[in-house]
Amino acid sequence: MKPVREDLLAAGPAERRRHARSLFFTALCAISAAIVLVPLGSILLYVVERGASGLSWTFFTALPKPVGETGGGMGNAVAGSLVLIGLACLFGLPVGVLAGVYLAEVGRGRLAAAIRFTADVLAGVPSITIGVFVYALVVVSMRRFSAIAGGLALALVMIPTVTRTTEELLRLVPPNLREAALGLGVPAWRTTVFVVLRTAAPGIATGVMLAVARVAGETAPLLFTAMSSRYWAAGLDRPIASLPVQILTYATSPYADWQAQAWTGALCLVAIVLVLNLAARAVAARSLGARR
Amino acid sequence: MSAAPAEALPHAAATTPSAPQRAPDRPRGRLGDRLFEGVTTALAIVVLLVPSAMLIELVGASRKAIGAFGASFLTSSTWDPVHGSFGALPFLWGTVVSSLLALALAVPVSIGVAIFLAELAPHRARGPLSFLVELLAAIPSVVYGFWGVFVLVPLLREHVEPWLAAHLGFLPLFQGPPLGFGMLAAGVVLAIMIVPTVSSIVREVLRAVPAAQREAAAGLGATPWDTIRFAVLPSARSGIVGAILLGLGRALGETMAVTMVIGNRPKVSVSLLDPATSMASVLANEFAEADSDLYLSALSEIALLLFGVALILNLLARWLVGATKGRVGSPA
Amino acid sequence: MLRTSLAIAILAAMPACSRDGGGAGEAPLPGAKAKEGPAAGAVTVTGAGATFPFPLYTKWIAEFGKRAPDVKVDYQSIGSGGGIRQITERTVDFGASDAPMTDEQLAKAAGVVHVPTCLGAVVVTYHVDGVPSGLRLGPDAISGIFLGTVKTWDDAAIAKENPGVKLPAKAIASVHRSDGSGTTRIFVDYLSAVSPAWKTGPGSGTSVSWPGGLGAKGNEGVSATVASTPGAVGYVELAYAVQNKLPFASIRNKAGQFVAPSVESTTAAAAGSAARMPDDLRVSIVDAEGDGAYPIAGFTYVLLHAQQKDARKGKALVDFLGWALSDGQKLAGDLHYAALPAAVAEKARRKVAAVTGPDGAAIAPGKP
Repeated sequence: MKPVREDLLAAGPAERRRHARSLFFTALCAISAAIVLVPLGSILLYVVERGASGLSWTFFTALPKPVGETGGGMGNAVAGSLVLIGLACLFGLPVGVLAGVYLAEVGRGRLAAAIRFTADVLAGVPSITIGVFVYALVVVSMRRFSAIAGGLALALVMIPTVTRTTEELLRLVPPNLREAALGLGVPAWRTTVFVVLRTAAPGIATGVMLAVARVAGETAPLLFTAMSSRYWAAGLDRPIASLPVQILTYATSPYADWQAQAWTGALCLVAIVLVLNLAARAVAARSLGARR
Repeated sequence: MSAAPAEALPHAAATTPSAPQRAPDRPRGRLGDRLFEGVTTALAIVVLLVPSAMLIELVGASRKAIGAFGASFLTSSTWDPVHGSFGALPFLWGTVVSSLLALALAVPVSIGVAIFLAELAPHRARGPLSFLVELLAAIPSVVYGFWGVFVLVPLLREHVEPWLAAHLGFLPLFQGPPLGFGMLAAGVVLAIMIVPTVSSIVREVLRAVPAAQREAAAGLGATPWDTIRFAVLPSARSGIVGAILLGLGRALGETMAVTMVIGNRPKVSVSLLDPATSMASVLANEFAEADSDLYLSALSEIALLLFGVALILNLLARWLVGATKGRVGSPA
Repeated sequence: MLRTSLAIAILAAMPACSRDGGGAGEAPLPGAKAKEGPAAGAVTVTGAGATFPFPLYTKWIAEFGKRAPDVKVDYQSIGSGGGIRQITERTVDFGASDAPMTDEQLAKAAGVVHVPTCLGAVVVTYHVDGVPSGLRLGPDAISGIFLGTVKTWDDAAIAKENPGVKLPAKAIASVHRSDGSGTTRIFVDYLSAVSPAWKTGPGSGTSVSWPGGLGAKGNEGVSATVASTPGAVGYVELAYAVQNKLPFASIRNKAGQFVAPSVESTTAAAAGSAARMPDDLRVSIVDAEGDGAYPIAGFTYVLLHAQQKDARKGKALVDFLGWALSDGQKLAGDLHYAALPAAVAEKARRKVAAVTGPDGAAIAPGKP
């Protein structure tokens, strides 16, 4: 923020008190950042420490090997996770973002309130319940586990975060921007999409990233939908491997080399989210142009 | 897809005075508006329908348990799959207490972090720090669980819990032997897990507050804190509440990490040091292996109750916001 | 739309890439018709269920794949209950479970047969300062600990079995699995068999109402909790205990011998069961009689339909199981799974040989 001004220091006791209070709260915020970074940093280090040694090219290209055979990787799970995240975005983002637009720009009254409320309730539904729901809806009727079912389950997990973040950030776009565009005769929908939504894009990108980050690590909704596979994906209507399920299977196995691979998988998952995060930021920054 | 029309905007601005150019746009715009409203409304209704469909599905699946136990399901502490006797009280209790504990720990800190990252931190540090916080949202919960078992639980057992018992042991909250595993461990792990969600969204909300508001306050001679407090936070209020509700959602639904540290004892105890259990963790623990219809039905009813708890806590949060602010214009 | 087709195109390309990683021996069999597309000649059999035999099954699948490259068996661990439910719903080609299906479950899954594939044992692991290894426990001590009636390590029920060992007066913290599991099932089956108080109390199932103690998720949760809690005692599966070098207790069996858990003592526990095995092969072998029999053990099963709906999948499944129950058994010991006693393996092979195709004629298990 602004540097301390000389005239403030020369001011009376009330001024000084105000200033001291400001410093106090600034320190408090800095301390809370420090407090949070300790466990967060510790967890991140824990993952890197246990996972980094297993990183190799074959980890990303090879199929899993059975116990007792060295080599082998999680190539199919890495690819499968990417496919599932892609499907989740394909199903979830249009619904999530546009529902958020509806709540912020279009919807009024009870329907909007009801939708906002159900989105918040949906956020609290444990992902295993969503998995079981999609299992009953898709897997049992298709009589097979499939990537599509897994993508759908993940989409349902990410929708509430995307919807609510989009809504909140659209609300904060200064009304004069919107008014200016409307005043120029730009149709309302184009104003919403190309002015309001664009202005809020970086923030929405953060919301989307949080949602993607969350679903990327989800195991429970996949176990009964996409299930998993030891092979490369054979189609969207077949079971597909994913990193979280593979990590769970390996982390809970008795064998040290599988346990080690599980940690490498966890590290890999964080890396995937990192790359997606950077990409989302780059896209959001470019679509925004000058604002920030 | 966005490039061409976006480019068109500045041009439109340049040619504003010439009205004739605009006229043909009007009917197309109105049709577009109606189409746009139609599409967003339809998709928003999907958001309404999915939980409703889930609710119907769950009610159907829990009918057997509802018929067998009625209201006693809510008040009974027995969970005995072998003899087909089920009660949800300890799970309800564990979910509500661990989530509220997590919120109590995480919300003040998250808001502090968000303010720090959006307003106070040196510019060069903001990017990397925000990035780190967002990355942590990606760590699979099984990893949080292992970290909890090997790092957090021993810390609680050796240092924190004995201290709490010695100094605050007169409170019923801190009684019992220090096991490490228990409600406190679950609350702390959950708090750590929801910090990225809450602080990232709050940070974005703060950053979206127009810079003009800050400049105006600073121009009036406000200290940095006063600027934040009077010029930034009020506009961000609704967004902060939204962020907290999403954090609450994550806490309510979290399974793996909680299961690994909460001790999984289906008993109601006021003490935070005692082992407890939660609804999400009993679902994750037992759903895959449930071997009778009644058992499955009872688990479905737990999922149904979790819906109910999420509903009530959301209502409560909204009411609290309304009560502290008087009547707020904006919803949420 | 465009994105969808793009995704599909990417996916379609995947199996093509995978052929490089598959290793040698992927040439189509001479008899197979050369159709276009990589999947045309191969048949994929999907299975899901018990977590406990997952490593062994993946090993079998890999070895079998070398002999029959046109067969892909895909097995995933989703839990025994999941395996039972999926075979009932027919979402998979075969299921797997650590515990035999109950009569109630079988009633809903007409035509499902049980095929035992190997044996599992449950190990009692502990964390007592001053007793790094060699603890001995009798049935009364184990049931007392988990019932909560044996409260400290120097209790007479433990002390009498461990003469000369200095046991601390420390409180016992019992640790059990919080997730429903076949491991729990075998363990509480044992407790029910040796303790009337347990049988009339908590009883037997994949999850029970524990009188006390801590619940931890999975073998790794139990072992981590025991390792980090002085005074703790818990139970995990044999392979997990051996691989992770956990301290384990020797258990007094019906013959009065203290038997350490091992692959051999587990197979010994099953040796006597072949004679009393019913036609559907569902049997419990806890607290087994016989010399050197480890008392906390059980069969793990593959579940499949006696009449297969798809001739090619049925043939692949029968071939795979036939091989696993003969040559495959030799691989079990290396991974710390106990192989079936010869007489039981013979019964299991006969069960597999009786599986029919869609036409009702038996599928002969060919030599791959």
